[in-house]
Amino acid sequence: MPEDVSVTGLGMSDALALPPAHAAAARPASLLPLQVSGLRLEAGGAVLLDGVDLALAPAGCTVIMGPNGAGKSILLKLLHGLIAPSAGRVSWNGLDAARATARQALVFQKPVLLRRSVAANLDFVLKARGRDRSRRDELLADVGLLAKARQPARLLSGGEAQRLALARALATGPEVLFLDEPTASLDPASVLVIERIVGEARARGTRIIFVTHDIGQARRIADEVVFLHRGRVAEHAAAADFFPEPRSQAARDYLAGRIIL
Amino acid sequence: MAIFRITAAAALSLGLAAAAQADDVSIIVQSTTSTANSGLYDYLLPIYSGESGIEVHVVAVGTGQAIRNAENCDGDLLLVHAKPAEEKFVAAGYGTKRTDLMYNDFVIVGPEGDPAGVAGMTDAEAALEKIAASGALFASRGDDSGTHKKEVALWKAAGIDPTAASGDWYRETGSGMGATLNAGIGMGAYVLTDRATWISFGNKQDYAVEVQGDADLFNQYGVIPVNPEKCPSANIAAAQDFAGWLLSPEGQRTIAAYQVDGQQLFFPNAPGN
Amino acid sequence: MQNIAEAFGLALSLVLSGEADLYEIVGLSLRVSLSATLLASAIGLPVGALVAVSRFRGRGLVLVVMNALMGLPPVVVGLLVYLSLSRSGPLGFLGLLYTPGAMILAQTILIVPIVAALSRQVLEDLHAEYADQFRSLCLSPRQSIATLLWDGRYALLTVWLAGFGRAIAEVGAVIIVGGNIDHLTRVMTTAIALETSKGDLALALALGIVLLVLALGVNAAVQALRLTAARQAHA
Repeated sequence: MPEDVSVTGLGMSDALALPPAHAAAARPASLLPLQVSGLRLEAGGAVLLDGVDLALAPAGCTVIMGPNGAGKSILLKLLHGLIAPSAGRVSWNGLDAARATARQALVFQKPVLLRRSVAANLDFVLKARGRDRSRRDELLADVGLLAKARQPARLLSGGEAQRLALARALATGPEVLFLDEPTASLDPASVLVIERIVGEARARGTRIIFVTHDIGQARRIADEVVFLHRGRVAEHAAAADFFPEPRSQAARDYLAGRIIL
Repeated sequence: MAIFRITAAAALSLGLAAAAQADDVSIIVQSTTSTANSGLYDYLLPIYSGESGIEVHVVAVGTGQAIRNAENCDGDLLLVHAKPAEEKFVAAGYGTKRTDLMYNDFVIVGPEGDPAGVAGMTDAEAALEKIAASGALFASRGDDSGTHKKEVALWKAAGIDPTAASGDWYRETGSGMGATLNAGIGMGAYVLTDRATWISFGNKQDYAVEVQGDADLFNQYGVIPVNPEKCPSANIAAAQDFAGWLLSPEGQRTIAAYQVDGQQLFFPNAPGN
Repeated sequence: MQNIAEAFGLALSLVLSGEADLYEIVGLSLRVSLSATLLASAIGLPVGALVAVSRFRGRGLVLVVMNALMGLPPVVVGLLVYLSLSRSGPLGFLGLLYTPGAMILAQTILIVPIVAALSRQVLEDLHAEYADQFRSLCLSPRQSIATLLWDGRYALLTVWLAGFGRAIAEVGAVIIVGGNIDHLTRVMTTAIALETSKGDLALALALGIVLLVLALGVNAAVQALRLTAARQAHA
């Protein structure tokens, strides 16, 4: 492949392609704490993120909330290193976001499953990331999909598909797990399964960063809440403080179901 | 992406196996559509190959293209019918020696209605003059083939420049003999064709021979092995063997014996027979 | 009209009579065009995939050129290959002219742009769906391309068919580089051209019907494969 050819969005691929031995020197033992300063993203003349400052502690589950268009999904992609900011910096314990991607995983709202069997979807990730493939059945059993291992992934129900996507994300052994409204269109039973698995991962020490619109869900899982409004952090508080008494007007309006723009 | 390497290898080996197959003792004859379309080679070659064990592959194109292909060393033997061009080919050193092989004649065929009124004429130039004067359609090969060269010479002898009416009553098809006959018959045009192609042609419809018997319509075929000094890769021994057989009493008899619908198509006239 | 009716009867009797010459020609047609399509896929699919996932300066120009090359006239490809493989040409030493190998080469060149341009479109759509996931998984460009090709394999069958259809149907290139030599390089299309020029229109049409049935058979087989895949939600 010619050097001047970069794969879509993989402008940072040169950094990612470094073999682990070389990367080790600049590799912090932990990705956390996370320090975000002056993060700004403009696209097509619109300002999507307008100077986000944020510091996240090493452990726990952070829920990101905010009205549509507040910049939640964009913030996840910036933190995960999928896109580069217009200005500002994401620092995972000193590491740029693009160099941290491989130690993280992201579950999208709409699961992107390969056109293969359930088992092959996991095999693919385990192989691509050079991980032990014998763990596959254990991972499938964890999300209740072992019986469907041979089925085509794209025939799974919405809840099953998202569970598989979650198993796939966990298969890479991420230090940070991002979830972007993973339960937005699922039935209550599937929502609870997803929450249980995420809770177990958190208990094992995986740092969870979870975007949701579901206030009940946020109450169940959040250790702390980051409330985004118009591309900025309107409020960042412990869950125990945020839900009873949000400090910002925007969060109060949002929780009360009043439309805010 | 191992799958692609495998398919590529498989496809390549198919191609190479096919190439290897052509490596048995074989020669390529650059020849004309008139001889090939008449079925002469289908008759001759099994007899010759059976005796000699040499495979003869015929590429049938117009005489002009056959000569150019041979000049590029893409053939071992040339069998065409345009004596001046053949002599030029030898003079330029591309071939070793040109020998008369056989002849037949050209005829002018036309539709039943005979719009130019040339039926039964035996003077080719006069017939062409009549066709030109009547404005009846005439379909020309227009492809620098042996037949085309002959036709151009006949027009010249008649003192007519038909290309001035090209696209009008003079229609140049730029195609082989058979394609030109198909086109000419389709539009009701007169066509100059060699007799062999005409006799074996399957799509005559209401067409018949209108003009024949002029000495100017004589159609001589010649055979020329390519020059090994110009083309070291040529299979010259096998080419000379085939040429020798064609010119031998046995080859000449075989040519004479080929008939379609009870008519002899080619008349052997190699020197010394 | 009489020719057409006659041709259908003739086509049927040709096939039923088990005429060895016909099967030889059909066999060579399939061998040449299938080989060319496989080779063109081996070249065109990775190229199409690479362009699909890459963003570089001049990409727009590459797309225009790729799409334009889909319209390569077979006779021009035939001429270029002839000039290259001719004994007096740069590749003359290979001795490939007037062999099936030369025909495979010419048809490969003819359809590589078709495979590349159409697969680029198919894979770019698929990539739009997968791109974020690939980036999240830190797949190398090579892994991304391999995954797109594998997951898009059933959609790519249509691309493959378009290439095969072009190859099996063309006459301009193979007649120049193959020479339409009986028992060596005669394929369906050159045989049809020959019978047409002999004025045996019924036989030419009968061969054309056999060719059509052949193409129909290959397409039906691929379609069956696709339907099976669709039932398994792989397509």
